[in-house]
Amino acid sequence: MQLIPCPWCGPREETEFHYGGQAHVPHPEDPAALDDEQWARYVFFRDNPKGPFAERWAHTAGCRRWFNAVRDTASHAFLSVYPVGAPNPLGDGSRQGQEAGA
Amino acid sequence: MTRDARALPDHPDFLWRNADPKPSYDVVIVGGGGHGLATAYYLARNHGITNIAVLEKGWLAGGNMARNTTIIRSNYLWDESSGIYEHSLKLWETLAEELDHPILFSQRGVLNLAHNLQDVRDSKRRVYANQLNGIDAEWLEPDEVAKVCPIVNVSPDVRHPVHGATYQPRAGIAKHDYVAWGFARRADAYGIDLIQNCEVTGIDVSGGRVTGVRTTRGRIAAGKVALAAAGHTSVLAAMVGLRLPLQSHPLQALVSELLEPVHPTVVMSNAVHVYVSQAHKGELVMGAGIDSYNGYGQRGAFHIIERQMAAALELFPVFARAHLLRTWAGIVDTTPDASPIVGRTPIEDLYLNCGWGTGGFKATTGAGWAFAHTVATGEPHPTNAPFTLDRFTTGALVDEHGAAAVAH
Amino acid sequence: MSTPFRVAGHGRVDRSATLAFTFDGTAYTGHPGDTLASALLANGVHRVATGITYGRPRGIVAAGVEEPNALVQIEAPFPEPMLTATTVELYDGLVARGLGGRGRLAATPDPARYDAKHLHAELLVVGAGPAGLAAALTAAGTGARVVLLDSAPECGGSLLGTREHIDGRPAQEWVDAATRRLTAAPNVTLLTRTTAFGHYDDHLVLALEKRTDHLGAAAPRHLARQRVWRIRARQVVHATGATERPVAFDDNDRPGIMLASAARTYLHRYGVLVGRRATVFTTNDSAYDAALDLADAGVEVAAVVDARPTVPERLSRACAERGIPVHAGHVVTGTSGVDRVSRVHIAERDGRGARRHGVDCDVLLVSGGWNPAVALFSQARGTLRHDAGLATFVPGGPLAAVRTAGAADGLRTLGACLADGIAAATAALTALDIAVAPVPVPAADTELPHPALELWRVPSPRDGVDGAAQFVDLQRDALVSDVFRATGAGLRSVEHVKRYTTVGTAHDQGRTSGILASGIVAEALGTDVADLGTTSFRPPVQPVAFAAFAGRDRGDLFDPVRVTALHAWHQEHGALFEDIGQWKRPWYYPLPGETMDDAVRRECRAARTGVAMMDGSTLGKISVQGPDAGCFLDRLYTNVMSTLKPGRIRYGVLCGVDGMVLDDGTVLRVSDGEFLLTTTTGNAAKVLEWMEEWLQTEWPELRVHLTSVTEHWATIPLVGPRSRDVLAAVTDGLDVTADAFPFMSRRDTVIAGVEARVCRISFSGELAYEVNVPSWYATSVWQALYDAGRPLGITPYGTETMHVLRAEKAYPIIGQDTDGTVTPQDLGMSWVVSRKKKDFVGRRSFGRAENLRADRKQLVALLPVDGHTLLPEGAQIIATETIPAPPVPMLGHVTSSYRSAALERTFALALLRSGSERVGETLYVPLDGRTVAVTVAEPVLYDKEGARRDG
Repeated sequence: MQLIPCPWCGPREETEFHYGGQAHVPHPEDPAALDDEQWARYVFFRDNPKGPFAERWAHTAGCRRWFNAVRDTASHAFLSVYPVGAPNPLGDGSRQGQEAGA
Repeated sequence: MTRDARALPDHPDFLWRNADPKPSYDVVIVGGGGHGLATAYYLARNHGITNIAVLEKGWLAGGNMARNTTIIRSNYLWDESSGIYEHSLKLWETLAEELDHPILFSQRGVLNLAHNLQDVRDSKRRVYANQLNGIDAEWLEPDEVAKVCPIVNVSPDVRHPVHGATYQPRAGIAKHDYVAWGFARRADAYGIDLIQNCEVTGIDVSGGRVTGVRTTRGRIAAGKVALAAAGHTSVLAAMVGLRLPLQSHPLQALVSELLEPVHPTVVMSNAVHVYVSQAHKGELVMGAGIDSYNGYGQRGAFHIIERQMAAALELFPVFARAHLLRTWAGIVDTTPDASPIVGRTPIEDLYLNCGWGTGGFKATTGAGWAFAHTVATGEPHPTNAPFTLDRFTTGALVDEHGAAAVAH
Repeated sequence: MSTPFRVAGHGRVDRSATLAFTFDGTAYTGHPGDTLASALLANGVHRVATGITYGRPRGIVAAGVEEPNALVQIEAPFPEPMLTATTVELYDGLVARGLGGRGRLAATPDPARYDAKHLHAELLVVGAGPAGLAAALTAAGTGARVVLLDSAPECGGSLLGTREHIDGRPAQEWVDAATRRLTAAPNVTLLTRTTAFGHYDDHLVLALEKRTDHLGAAAPRHLARQRVWRIRARQVVHATGATERPVAFDDNDRPGIMLASAARTYLHRYGVLVGRRATVFTTNDSAYDAALDLADAGVEVAAVVDARPTVPERLSRACAERGIPVHAGHVVTGTSGVDRVSRVHIAERDGRGARRHGVDCDVLLVSGGWNPAVALFSQARGTLRHDAGLATFVPGGPLAAVRTAGAADGLRTLGACLADGIAAATAALTALDIAVAPVPVPAADTELPHPALELWRVPSPRDGVDGAAQFVDLQRDALVSDVFRATGAGLRSVEHVKRYTTVGTAHDQGRTSGILASGIVAEALGTDVADLGTTSFRPPVQPVAFAAFAGRDRGDLFDPVRVTALHAWHQEHGALFEDIGQWKRPWYYPLPGETMDDAVRRECRAARTGVAMMDGSTLGKISVQGPDAGCFLDRLYTNVMSTLKPGRIRYGVLCGVDGMVLDDGTVLRVSDGEFLLTTTTGNAAKVLEWMEEWLQTEWPELRVHLTSVTEHWATIPLVGPRSRDVLAAVTDGLDVTADAFPFMSRRDTVIAGVEARVCRISFSGELAYEVNVPSWYATSVWQALYDAGRPLGITPYGTETMHVLRAEKAYPIIGQDTDGTVTPQDLGMSWVVSRKKKDFVGRRSFGRAENLRADRKQLVALLPVDGHTLLPEGAQIIATETIPAPPVPMLGHVTSSYRSAALERTFALALLRSGSERVGETLYVPLDGRTVAVTVAEPVLYDKEGARRDG
């Protein structure tokens, strides 16, 4: 069981947290303007890299606040945590690959 | 020396050549696990294609194939799922003769327990659907559950009482290594090159068509490339800019020491969240849910195991002093609808077989069959036709979550 | 009773007390401090088990956890399978038997308790041998929190089984002093009988303490038998020692063939001679210690067989002094014996069996070198490197917070181990910026042993298949010939060979067999063992009982039960309960002699014709507050919430981004800046989390706060045409007329002296009120309503009746009539999907190709043509009266099915392909091989006009 550094509470055990998947996937401004494929990308498609990954966590059994973290999915180690809304420390190029079949 | 009759059958004296890569193949299969090996075998057997390389980054069948709990069943809810899993099960039933290899397929039945009234509704719904799909499903009341598996605690006074169970008598378990090696041996006999310690580092695409792969053992040209890499599929797909609706998670499992026969069937429970069988040699084999976060570490957190043990003892109080011998983790690739993706990709001649989540072992046969058909003909087999990548755009999902939160 | 092999002047067992035990049906005695193995050996018993595949007799090989052979079943005081005799502490009344590779589980429930505790420390030291003790002593002086663990009942590790000296005195004196100091130090937690079994992320080390096992039947029932320690340390030193490994040769599995160090441990720690006449076979210096110590204790050492071409002068002189013949350059090629080794065959190593001769003996002590115990270090992701001098794998170097020390580091002298322990603790604490005063290294032997010979096996001198009687893994009965068959079959990876032969997969985790298998594979393939590597070290390091992991999380503590404030009332009034999530909800309230059908019919009739009440407190309740609360809800619900006037209520549906129904409930606008919404019972936590996720991650600019108030409010639906009368009776001055208190509005009042929020909401179609009061007052308000309703026949009802009533009105139950694939439109609720709002969560998904299909499954009612037939929930629907051959095309399924008192017939709800177009059609439901004809109907079957809502 990992210790997860909640930005507000400090290190707490993994069981107190809820995983939220990839970070920096904003809800589209105007979904109606998207075609079905673009909408499907938002709903179902997420990055799944082996290595550093910017993702969301919620300290559900603690302060109930969401935050972002960069974690290495190969070692499972947390590399950094940062508030929702702060820029992606991995930059915009963190996405593995572009949209397929566009 | 005389061997005990209880001992496992001997392996054949020869399994496969330790092949080195050639410069070019008609088909390169990436991933030397059960699905990759079965695909290679059925490409040769059903389609006469034998100029094939199966590339494995580690040792053959050393990924999820070596790490799963070997449950085989076909009692899935939706027609699409029962189609491919029932085809798989039928292939399992003749696989030992087909491969001339002992696979220890033991059709000891699978019980899926229901612990509340909604579980009962969902379970019966699945049974009714299974029966109309020609699958041997039954609903058992608690006393009938106790007859099939006397060690299950069916007392009404427990925290999550057993309200009944679905039962599929033809379901069971098989010996995973034997299965993989059986496919490998026959694939090798067809002249297919099984190449170990050969990691794919790039996929070459030219004019929208795949032309080969780059590996730690050099470039290999390929007429077609078929990905069968389970948890690592996203990493491979990213090499050609393909983003998939997959997330890779650790999935843990465990075994006890060898015990005298005590558990005659396979028991799965969603509400109490554990699944258990007793393997041929006598060890209890157990699994539970995936670790929640994405991970490629082949390691999971121990609280998952602790929870699983507590769940096991709720259902099987006699397990109290059984000992946990070993735990391990695989990497499973899950999809939003808990159903696989088997078919073409936007890149020509690049094919995809992934997203089997926690249920891939049971589909080794049927997925291999259907994927081989797809790769050979460029068109899906009827059993994998519903499992397109496109369904996430159209919304035609095959959502097995409701039916089996634990989809093993 | 005599114990013929107990020797005076040796051992740490307490001979003033005698313990009686039974093994394989024979009564024996031993002493406190014995293990089952040492007590059996003291009685001259070597054969304790049977090989699993070939049924050959098996003896005791080791003295500790590495034991591969001596598997026993405990029968009394309580059955426990598959323990090693070397790790079972002896107690009075122990009944055990030897196993043939498989154990047996008890048929009765385990009466023992198990628990878990947490520990936090700056430094965790695993292993209280010389290196571990030195490390702990070094750290103890700093005041840092230190935890020291050891599997044994006392500290000392290898020193308990040898006769070394520290600072010129017997090492035991140093161990005793160290133990005293550590026990006295307030900052040190010393746990004996505690085995670290796993090293996990962020230096969580799990250890199992066996607290009462050694007490047998005398174990106090109130104490946890075993305890899992969850130790979180900032630095970890694994001083886990080393394990001696054997050499494979023909018939190397006979009882009486043991590790050399084990014989020495049995002598020094337990005062037991493992035999009368010993042969020693070694590839290194360490076995000479055993030969010399045993000789000094009166054992006749018939021969030392040293595979090395020359024997170090010091050792050959020591042997000569004791008259021990030493055969340099020789190997053991095989053994003879029936139930025990009686003769060892030796030959010159280079002579391929030439001039082979026999040596009579009753024990053969073997040493093929030492393997550092690196499993925990490896689990911590420490890397290993091959050490040619030791012919094994050793730690490749410390990690940032994990180190090894002593024999686990590959060190081979006591002096070096002590120094290494001090150095490891110093480095660990220094890394934490904790100052460590220099600690003098105790004086001890630092004379390095002579180089060992790398020897995995002795080729078989017999004709036939080489290695066919040479055991690599005794517990799995895996042979050298099996390894050769594996490599011959084309296998090149040690992992494949492990799986082909099952070497290393047993109880002992390949402690003695793993490296041997690698060596033999390397030999077969002509490669270097260094290149082959080892197989993975998977937790746990030692087997641990399932119950220890479950700990206290059993029975009621497995999963907490949630009950409402009214639970006791329901119990007193005979309710049966339904599990929904963690909640217990009243299911129905049977009167004496009533069946469930009777009770539900009675409860339904009361609600439709008189007045009835239920406990709705489990409904999830979320308070949404803030100036942007309305805007927030508009973005989530499919309909508009921001236009609600304070005091008004609206039904709402939530969808996921995929457009599928997630949950539903009512939304009450309490005031301009406050809404109170309800969720389904099972989804309360999920919906709150989901709303927080949107609020915090997507719309952090919205000024909204969410709070769960589920447990704060008791909710009592008061239902039926006479409900108004009851409400009027308990409230003072509340105008309950339909005009003054319209549908979907809220009024505040006082009931039984309690401030109450009353909402006019109906989940049955009847005139109904939902009385909300703080949970603290639930019982008195409930009782007041009940008392006021008694003259009108007020009837408490449960979830089953609620389901019937709502189904008659086609109100769906999320999770029963939906399954994650159903849209609001599918439920016939397009009216709840706003056309005005530009967007809300999931809206875009309604426009996908699949959502636009006319033949989606839609909610309909089914009326069995025979109004007495009750369709099973979950039943499938087909088009034909006869069932065709499978696969049968299915049109949908029955989601809910009931007998209706109001309709005087059975009915069902179903999700049916093109359902709304099929109204009026006759379809069929297969049931027990025949079909039941059903008529498809509009979903609402009762009071279609909604006339009953106002009473």
